[in-house]
Amino acid sequence: MSTTEILFFFLSALALFSASMVLISKNPVHSVLWLVVTFFAISGHYILLNAQFLAIVNIIVYAGAIMVLFLFVIMLMNLNQQNEPQKNFWMKLTGVISGGCFMMVLVSLVRQTLDMQSKVAMTTSGDIGLIKNLGKVLFSDYVVPFEITSVLFLSAMIGAIVIGKKD
Amino acid sequence: MTLLSLDMLLLIEKLVLIVIIVFASLGIALYTTFAERKVAAILQDRPGPERAGPFGLFQPLADGLKLIMKEEIIPNSSNKALFILGPGLAMTAALMTCAVIPWGSTVHLFGREIDLQIADINIGILYVFGVVSLGVYGIMIGGWASNNKFSLMAALRGASQAISYELAMGIALIALLMTTNTLSLKEIVDQQMKPGHLWNIAYQPLGFLLFFICAMAECNRTPFDLPEAENELNFGYHQEYSSMKLGFYLFSEYINMIMSSAIMASLYFGGYDIPFFDEKVLPQNIAALVGVGALLIKIVIFIFIFMWIRWTIPRFRYDQLMNLGWKSLIPLALANMVATGAWILYFG
Repeated sequence: MSTTEILFFFLSALALFSASMVLISKNPVHSVLWLVVTFFAISGHYILLNAQFLAIVNIIVYAGAIMVLFLFVIMLMNLNQQNEPQKNFWMKLTGVISGGCFMMVLVSLVRQTLDMQSKVAMTTSGDIGLIKNLGKVLFSDYVVPFEITSVLFLSAMIGAIVIGKKD
Repeated sequence: MTLLSLDMLLLIEKLVLIVIIVFASLGIALYTTFAERKVAAILQDRPGPERAGPFGLFQPLADGLKLIMKEEIIPNSSNKALFILGPGLAMTAALMTCAVIPWGSTVHLFGREIDLQIADINIGILYVFGVVSLGVYGIMIGGWASNNKFSLMAALRGASQAISYELAMGIALIALLMTTNTLSLKEIVDQQMKPGHLWNIAYQPLGFLLFFICAMAECNRTPFDLPEAENELNFGYHQEYSSMKLGFYLFSEYINMIMSSAIMASLYFGGYDIPFFDEKVLPQNIAALVGVGALLIKIVIFIFIFMWIRWTIPRFRYDQLMNLGWKSLIPLALANMVATGAWILYFG
């Protein structure tokens, strides 16, 4: 096994383990922290794909900012097992059924990719994920979607301020 | 020597470098605590610690020994795993920054060219940002796991302060990156070393000022030390901590201070560049060592300024802190960014 393969399997195992710990943990704060570990594992995968910029932005934005705010909210709500709302049997049953359906869709997707197994991704060079190339592509080929996305973010920001404003 | 298609010699070289840099940072941090007490003493016109060893030089060792010998208390009502994880995370995040700082140019040793930088990654400065934003977790987890309302309050203050000032810091940095055209710290330093090119402080004075203020806020130094405001919050997020776990929290603050000084020196003050002197006239190894010395002197000057401010200015009120961050620093940083862009467009 090459080093890359070892790293890949390690990161995949870590991602799967921490993602399931997010669901299994009884304590919501633990869940949030396991989710942070999941983001790190995914960032590791990005680095293996030579997408350094994506990896570090994933850490800064998700692990560094969004999850901190999540942690804020969950710490302040002070959730614990005693006052956790108990869902009734039918709610759980519908949850299991809809989750199972989603699982089936995912499995069928993976099955459809069987014919792609022997194919190799065609990239002109391995350094497309580096910040310089990414910036050039974003600001030349994809400049309109990029600008529209930023307007979307701006409107979300203004919306948050309007909702949060005391009146 | 290759194993698993890795160059083992490179691995050993990097490991040795990591060990040296980590222990050097810890050693410097140890004596920064001493310097802090001495500087405070000088500014307040009193002698300061002077009993342990000549000029009190063994004082940090005595302090460290005292911390280790203290009884380790983990409160019964705390979340034990997270209570232990907190200080470890704070320390790890503080030390991880040192990986991308260029401590010197290359030395020629045992027939190998050794870079005095652990990793020259092309997203260097973004990596620093990622690590800095993780530093918040140490404070938040520690404060929450203590199960004490003062600790929780302090943790929330610390996190909101860090998030607010990271924004202004990032925008101030974007203006600098627009002039340097690279994110790699090593390339930024090399650009400043070129003849005819001034240090970046000459091109980005306002950007540096903003960055400096934000760095002070990120390090939780007075006047931004609201998370540990002892007269409002007893002691802050580490109130329940004792022994070396408390030591880790206090220590990580000093390491953060060293790392942010090193980053400011590299970004705005030429890193390992010696002012008004051409390093190329010296032999390679000596030039590298002198360069490391120059960087260390710059770091010491920054640390002294940090302390000077700490013992001169009183703490902000919480609303003043937030107003400064959101209503002064961010608009100034944005204006600086737009002005830099306009300058590049019309004169660049």
